[in-house]
Amino acid sequence: MSISKNKKSEPKILVFSSSAISDPGIDMAGSAHMHYSTDVQIIPLPCSSGVKPSWVVHAIQQGFDGVFIAACGGDCAYLSDCPNRTSAAIRMAQDLMKENDISPKRLKMSGICSVCADNFVDHMNKFQKELEKLDSK
Amino acid sequence: MAQKRKIGVYVCHCGGNISDYVNVEEVVEGVKNEPGVEVAKTHMFSCSDAAQQLMIDEIKEKQLDGVVVASCSPKLHMFTFRGMSERAGLNPYQYVQVNLREQCSWAHTNDKIGATEKGINLVRAGIAKCILSHSLSAIRIETKPSALVIGAGISGMRAALSLADMGLAVHLIEKEDEVGGWALKTALMGPEAQNGPDIAEKLIARIKQHDNIMLYTGAELTEKSGNIGDFNVKVRLNDDSEVTLNIGAIIVTTGFDTYVPQDGEYGWGTDGVVELKDFRKMLNDGKLERNGKPIKDVVFIYCVGSRQKKTETCENPNSYCSRYCCTATTFTAKTLHALEEKTGQTVNQYHLYRDIRTYGKMETVYEEARNDGALFLRWDPENPPVVSQADGKLLVKVQDELDGNDEIEIGADLVVLSTGMRPRDNESLDDILKIPKSKDGFLNEIHIKLRPVETVIDGVFIAGTAQSPKTLAESVASSLAAVAKTGGLLKKGYVDLEPLIAKVYEDKCTWCDECLKACPYGAIEKNVCGDKEIAMVIGALCKGEGACVPVCPHDAIDIEGFRDDQIIAMIDASIKDIK
Repeated sequence: MSISKNKKSEPKILVFSSSAISDPGIDMAGSAHMHYSTDVQIIPLPCSSGVKPSWVVHAIQQGFDGVFIAACGGDCAYLSDCPNRTSAAIRMAQDLMKENDISPKRLKMSGICSVCADNFVDHMNKFQKELEKLDSK
Repeated sequence: MAQKRKIGVYVCHCGGNISDYVNVEEVVEGVKNEPGVEVAKTHMFSCSDAAQQLMIDEIKEKQLDGVVVASCSPKLHMFTFRGMSERAGLNPYQYVQVNLREQCSWAHTNDKIGATEKGINLVRAGIAKCILSHSLSAIRIETKPSALVIGAGISGMRAALSLADMGLAVHLIEKEDEVGGWALKTALMGPEAQNGPDIAEKLIARIKQHDNIMLYTGAELTEKSGNIGDFNVKVRLNDDSEVTLNIGAIIVTTGFDTYVPQDGEYGWGTDGVVELKDFRKMLNDGKLERNGKPIKDVVFIYCVGSRQKKTETCENPNSYCSRYCCTATTFTAKTLHALEEKTGQTVNQYHLYRDIRTYGKMETVYEEARNDGALFLRWDPENPPVVSQADGKLLVKVQDELDGNDEIEIGADLVVLSTGMRPRDNESLDDILKIPKSKDGFLNEIHIKLRPVETVIDGVFIAGTAQSPKTLAESVASSLAAVAKTGGLLKKGYVDLEPLIAKVYEDKCTWCDECLKACPYGAIEKNVCGDKEIAMVIGALCKGEGACVPVCPHDAIDIEGFRDDQIIAMIDASIKDIK
């Protein structure tokens, strides 16, 4: 069996999600059969504060069009200042992206809580549109 | 990898939950030639006993050194399959679960081809992670058979007694000189007219007699070090002497403070406007008079300091419901009525409420209060009652929602404010324990439903109103829940911790102390290794959240299970072309 070459290609997004907070939110989107693009791949991590800037750059260099960090936000069970720490990691990642001639617009972050299913799907749809625009320029 | 891995990949149909939308046979085809894959196949229900046995047999027979199950969310069955791996003699940390249902088949029921392609990439990423996995062992810590309980209100005393009855040594410390907490200061309590001081004194007597309990009053925690099962704490006593204790777990039952109204809030500061607790004292003394005059009309105002909205005058609103006040106030209505009957003095009661939250069986208290003749008027938070003074009496204006919002004026001898609970200010204790707080300012549990008395600090539990507003019964229930968790931990004698924590690469580390600054758990220490200084991770304190990882300028720190090489390999596998 082989897969027939697929449909129109959509921007590919890599999501780093946090296993305690945003993963349940993304799971919930699936449980509710809310549809988003199959070009969204997800890698779970313990906490969004631990995303390494080099991973973001590597993902884009390998062919992802954008990276989305589904952050723990204020619900983080580990760090009360998780949003600040995640933002700091994002700023470092944006700097590294610029150094590598990658538009920082290819990186997005938003807090995705454990019941933020709608929110996640909206973010994916919006981000794909933004990435499409970015690539048509 | 130096040596070739032998990985088993099992793709689950989940009945049809996965295979109706993801072609699981194509997923197997797409991954079976990945490096390291020894066997790849599907199962109808991977979690079934039969399928688990088949996998166990295969792991043993083919001597697999890694297993990937692509099925439901790891939230459901990660521990199931870790257990299966262990039974097969495989290290559970060489097992990887791929979320092929919640994050693939169910999210893409409209795109079977896309879902199958995504599925292949998800499983490939799982394999890539598994190839780089290695055997890890849980961090085993011996636990000390003793506990520290902070705060000797009803919750703390009840916890201390139950732990002591289990045969554990208990150190109960109380900041005040007197134990008993709020109950000691509250006379009759709803819903069943128990006497607060009686309850408290019975517990105090038992505590003083109990061989396993050491009670310290006028005592404060000044230092805490160590980790779950083996903490060292220092307690300062009121004569400034200090005791050092070695304990296995801590229960925090520091309780609440009452809300103190702002000047002018519902007439606060005006003669005749009192808090519920003071009115209850008055009833307990059996006198229905104020300034020598008999009381004829009493107005109760509910939700004072609870369920607040942010306004100019209220910058930090208490947005929560304090839970106990509706029952306490309607119960006070009953107590007042009983006193009326006893003295023959008539008192008109007006209860101005927003919503009556006498939930569960406390509802009967509300019903009895109404049957006794208390009048209930409902106000809208947009139009709160206004209290002023007129002709030596208090004048309360309220728009009754239940009566067409007509403004009603009540002349009152006494206005009783039903004030809510506030988180207690315990700055020095907060600094020592580092328990996260909720947005309401109370101590926060890990999960309100699933782990309701545990905190992110392993071995530190919370109970009672330190955690959130609660009734006394609810406080005791949570305190006994904390006892069950503490007892389970300490009676076992040891605890196994997840080894998915930070690790330092000695060759890369230059001790710049960035990781130390990033770690809120004190899990990093400076260590001398040969002739250089490097960071060292204290396994029992590290939470493995990874805050230290992005801040390390030398890529010298990783989280096990989420190591740099694993994540890079997962990214590469996720984007590989489907042939």
